Amino acid sequence: MAAEDRVVVGTSGEEATLGHQRVAFAVMVALLVIAPFTVYPVFLMKALCFALFACAFNLLIGFGGLLSFGHAMFLGTAGYFCAHAAKVWGFNPEFAILFGTGASALLGVVTGLLAIRRQGIYFAMITLALAQMIFFFYVQTPFTHGEDGIQAVPRGMLFGLIDLSNVMAMYFFVLAIFLVGFLLIYRVIHSPFGQVLKAIRENEPRAISLGYRTDQYKLLAFVLSATLAGMAGSTKALVFQLASLTDVHWTMSGEVVLMTLLGGLGTVFGPVVGAFIIISMENYLAGMGQWVTIIQGSIFVVCVLAFRRGIIGEVGHWLKKPL
Amino acid sequence: METIFGIPTQALFGQLLIGLINGSFYALLSLGLAVIFGLLNIINFTHGAQYMMGAFCGYFLLVRFGIGYWWALALTPLIVGATGVIIERLMLSRLYQLDHLYGLLLTFGLALIVQGLARNEYGTSGIPYNMPAELAGGQNLGFMFLPNYRAWVIVASLVVCVATWFVIEKTKLGSYLRAATENPALVQAFGINVPRMITLTYGFGVALAAFAGVMAAPIYQVNPLMGADLIIVVFAVVVIGGMGSIMGSIVTGFALGLIEGLTKVFYPEASNTVIFVIMAIVLMIKPAGLFGTQR
Repeated sequence: MAAEDRVVVGTSGEEATLGHQRVAFAVMVALLVIAPFTVYPVFLMKALCFALFACAFNLLIGFGGLLSFGHAMFLGTAGYFCAHAAKVWGFNPEFAILFGTGASALLGVVTGLLAIRRQGIYFAMITLALAQMIFFFYVQTPFTHGEDGIQAVPRGMLFGLIDLSNVMAMYFFVLAIFLVGFLLIYRVIHSPFGQVLKAIRENEPRAISLGYRTDQYKLLAFVLSATLAGMAGSTKALVFQLASLTDVHWTMSGEVVLMTLLGGLGTVFGPVVGAFIIISMENYLAGMGQWVTIIQGSIFVVCVLAFRRGIIGEVGHWLKKPL
Repeated sequence: METIFGIPTQALFGQLLIGLINGSFYALLSLGLAVIFGLLNIINFTHGAQYMMGAFCGYFLLVRFGIGYWWALALTPLIVGATGVIIERLMLSRLYQLDHLYGLLLTFGLALIVQGLARNEYGTSGIPYNMPAELAGGQNLGFMFLPNYRAWVIVASLVVCVATWFVIEKTKLGSYLRAATENPALVQAFGINVPRMITLTYGFGVALAAFAGVMAAPIYQVNPLMGADLIIVVFAVVVIGGMGSIMGSIVTGFALGLIEGLTKVFYPEASNTVIFVIMAIVLMIKPAGLFGTQR
């Protein structure tokens, strides 16, 4: 199999790429700071949560070559734990989010240890099956309140000072969380650890022969991805003041795959763009019932058959600079 | 009332029967997945949707053309299998040079499209499909009541599974197939049309799913989402059994159905999750699966 046929379009020439990625990052931040004054902030917050979720997912597939088909379990788990902590135990928002994120990280360790025992297609099937198991667990366990979910979660006072029921305060809090997650991922993929991950993606036996304990690298990448997905899930639960079964269902796992694929697997900014497009589409087509699913399916088919680089991947290819 | 381990025998055997029925469908579907995976190296995520298409096809044949169950059982695999052949020729065949994950993503997208279209037309409620008159009623076995149709489903699935195993493991055609799984380029060099074999194999795997769909229609009703959750369980079955062996997927399918049935009797809370728990345990002890070889 030739290198360019691989599932991802990798970045190369690390130092040369950093300059224009910084420019792109500055443009993104500027847009996100202006956006809430022109666009409905709750929609933006939803898109930002999914953007972070997709970035976390992309860390695993784009840089580790591991396709997880069960990432909804981390989004949903963190949502439930954060919502429960905030509502029942009265945690401050920052601690509720940390608690939810920690729960996802723990789940990531357990499921990661199981899933990395197989590669490729099996890895996808195992993560999907584990996520389904977690889904059934939440259907039955009482603290999630079944079909109703945990409703009316208080957003609370950030650090005991800032009232998050103010929509603008909440927006910039969400934006800050997103940027922290995004920069962390950016740092990871440009670190020596990220380089080893890419080496494992390209040729695992060779990475092993060079003396890398690939299982540990893969596990760490998995846990990191689960943790950041959990951060997105916790934040989402506070934004909507709701944690429900939708976020744990396999359709959610499929959606994050779609966002990343559409934006560009293995690109830095692709998942963000993909998330904004898919969330906008769902917003506009919300009244059209099942057509959303049909269109999502069609995007999958078109992306796989004709558009494997994704939007940002194509732009980067056209500019000859990986984004 | 007689009891075994404190459980009424009626309930125990009733659940075992349901377990065997579920196991029949697990076996048929995981067999199809294994056959397709063997040659195409693709996990067919559309499998659940194709099982649902089988049920709907049987229903349409009855409602639109007045074609009854028995003919539907013969025609549906051909019709749905033909759609599989078209999918393979138009789409999947373009992906063989790429990472196998793209096949998974493509078939997932196709499953979303098919299920979305079906839900647009029929919502989420089931449409009843009557069982054939010949198989109405049942037998009283003394310790339990055995409906004829359910007995037929178990026997028919077993026969189809064993026949598939026989063709693949014991005939000349099957030896070509196994050879092509090992080394397609070499088999092609011997003058065997491997691309056509791949197309027909995919069609056959899809036909198995459609066959299971028609058989399931009288039991579970015809429902746009009937395959959506089932396929995830079947994935777990496939991980447990390993896809290396045809007989392995058949045995694992039936065995897990039975275990699920027993769980419903002894610890009903875990009946939804027991197969996934078994998968986790198997992954810890024997990652390649019970009948698989790591590759």
